[in-house]
Amino acid sequence: MATHQALPDQPPPVSQRGLLRWLRENLFSTWYNSVLTVVIGYWLITTFVPLINWAFIQAVFTGDGADACNPDGACWVFVGQRLGFFIYGFYPAEFRWRPNLVFVLFAISVVPQFLPLSTTIRKWLAIFGITGLPLAAYFLIAGGHFGLESVPTSRWGGLMLTLILAYVGILAALPIGILLALGRRSEMPVIRGICVVFIEFWRAVPLITILFMASVMLPLFLPDGVTFDKLLRALVGITLFQSAYMAEVVRGGLQAIPRGQYEAAEALGLGYWRRMRLIILPQALKIVIPGIANTVISLFKDTTLVLIIGLFDLLGAVKSTLSDPAWSSVMAEGYLFVAFCFWVFCFGMSRYSHRLEKQLETGHRN
Amino acid sequence: MQQTGTGSAPDNIASPVESVARDEAIIRVDDLNKWFGEFHVLKSLNLDVRKGERIVICGPSGSGKSTFIRCINHLEAHQRGQIIVDGVELNEDVKNIEAIRREVGMVFQHFNLFPHLSVLENCLLAPIWVRKTPRNEAIETAMHYLERVRIPDQAHKYPGQLSGGQQQRVAIARALCMQPKIMLFDEPTSALDPEMIKEVLDVMVELASSGMTMLCVTHEMGFAKTVADRVIFMDGGEIVETAAPGDFFTNPQQPRTREFLEQILQH
Repeated sequence: MATHQALPDQPPPVSQRGLLRWLRENLFSTWYNSVLTVVIGYWLITTFVPLINWAFIQAVFTGDGADACNPDGACWVFVGQRLGFFIYGFYPAEFRWRPNLVFVLFAISVVPQFLPLSTTIRKWLAIFGITGLPLAAYFLIAGGHFGLESVPTSRWGGLMLTLILAYVGILAALPIGILLALGRRSEMPVIRGICVVFIEFWRAVPLITILFMASVMLPLFLPDGVTFDKLLRALVGITLFQSAYMAEVVRGGLQAIPRGQYEAAEALGLGYWRRMRLIILPQALKIVIPGIANTVISLFKDTTLVLIIGLFDLLGAVKSTLSDPAWSSVMAEGYLFVAFCFWVFCFGMSRYSHRLEKQLETGHRN
Repeated sequence: MQQTGTGSAPDNIASPVESVARDEAIIRVDDLNKWFGEFHVLKSLNLDVRKGERIVICGPSGSGKSTFIRCINHLEAHQRGQIIVDGVELNEDVKNIEAIRREVGMVFQHFNLFPHLSVLENCLLAPIWVRKTPRNEAIETAMHYLERVRIPDQAHKYPGQLSGGQQQRVAIARALCMQPKIMLFDEPTSALDPEMIKEVLDVMVELASSGMTMLCVTHEMGFAKTVADRVIFMDGGEIVETAAPGDFFTNPQQPRTREFLEQILQH
């Protein structure tokens, strides 16, 4: 009687391995792919070699002023000299340690999220990031308590202001969005109606309009003597605007959860809020992590619109220095710096959302 | 919160109903009617279930059997008639509904385990959040029932990593962790591959022998023969015939029952 023996694994043939195979399969598999490879290669070389040459090789990084710069290279001295203004706006120099301390706390709660640390540590740092950090940031940056001198919001600016707008906007828009999404799927007609009207109103109006209304029109409707801080009005506008988008993203996730999950949770005797909090939302939010990341990134970039109501966020701060006659033709450097800052934060958020998706994967497909 | 409670006497969640004539009836269904829009799915059903009784409900698809048992824990609302479970009448009062759901476990055709929680967490959720059992105690109970369904070693896996038969056994354990008085099974083996049906039925047979009150919608006639005290045949939203399994399979009274049995016992 013959018994079956499993064949041993064998390595693939030599022509199917290594760099040569990769080149042949990916770049030169057909004649038109070969042509494309050559054309795009030529374009990359002619574009990026001069760019790198300008931005790094010919560039001047240190110096005292415009005189140190090389006309053929980037003048990063400009960014270096104005960095304080780009980061803090008009925030008084002697108090800059306060936002700096907030930046440190921010880094402590955010950076570990990207490191291979235990989930418990990361969870507690994240909880600090959404509770303690905003509180600490408020007391430190605004001042007026604990012997810290008060700094009015009109003097806040730069990257600090961008981060404040984005952070508060994200932190407030997500929970409001979740409540709106749940409300829109409510069985109670009044609640559903309110949520639908709210979402559709805010989604139908451009953010610029909302910011203008918040800064110009709102004061007209308020009784005399009642004023709200301009920054606060902008924050409320951004938050409500983005929460409407967030609501629709979350609603997409709620709709993707099979009916059986709702029924199983009901059959166990869980009440409405527990069903949502323990069963439905954890699954729904996991599904829509890419959509939430999308909304959050777009919120971050939309904060630049506060420029039009006279708040100097990072873009506004950089833009306002470009007309300085002491520095000629530093526009490219200024905008590249802004783009780089935004890229760092947006790319970070994108990576974090990927990481979160992987971490929450439990091998189940609905 | 969806609460329409009257607000009187908070500890008197369940309005007790006198059970004089038909004592021992843990479920009483009187003149139950349900419509899906214009479609009359359940037509005047009457059924009393004694404590510890094991009832198998069968019938062709679309006969309303699943809808019927889903009415018993109010996953479906009925429009006319009365359902009293363990002395509590089912109506629109959320408190009553939740009180009944605490005592009635349910097992679904598609398991409906919570995929984002481990097997153990699936079993702990309701005892901890609904019954307010301390976590350690809940873990003990959960492991006890996971052992009873013969998968204690999978406790820390996620549902997505288990086979269908294992998932269904976890679903049974999850329902049992609430220590319900009644278990409802809605076609628990219909979504399983054939080789996994037995492992689930074995658990159900064992559960039946422990004295649990069970209502089971199933096509497993072997299970009905060995376990059921009564077999109910439904067709077109009506209870056509109710009989002990011996009589039901050997001597059905109604032509519709005979036709159905011929169809399913042929092969």
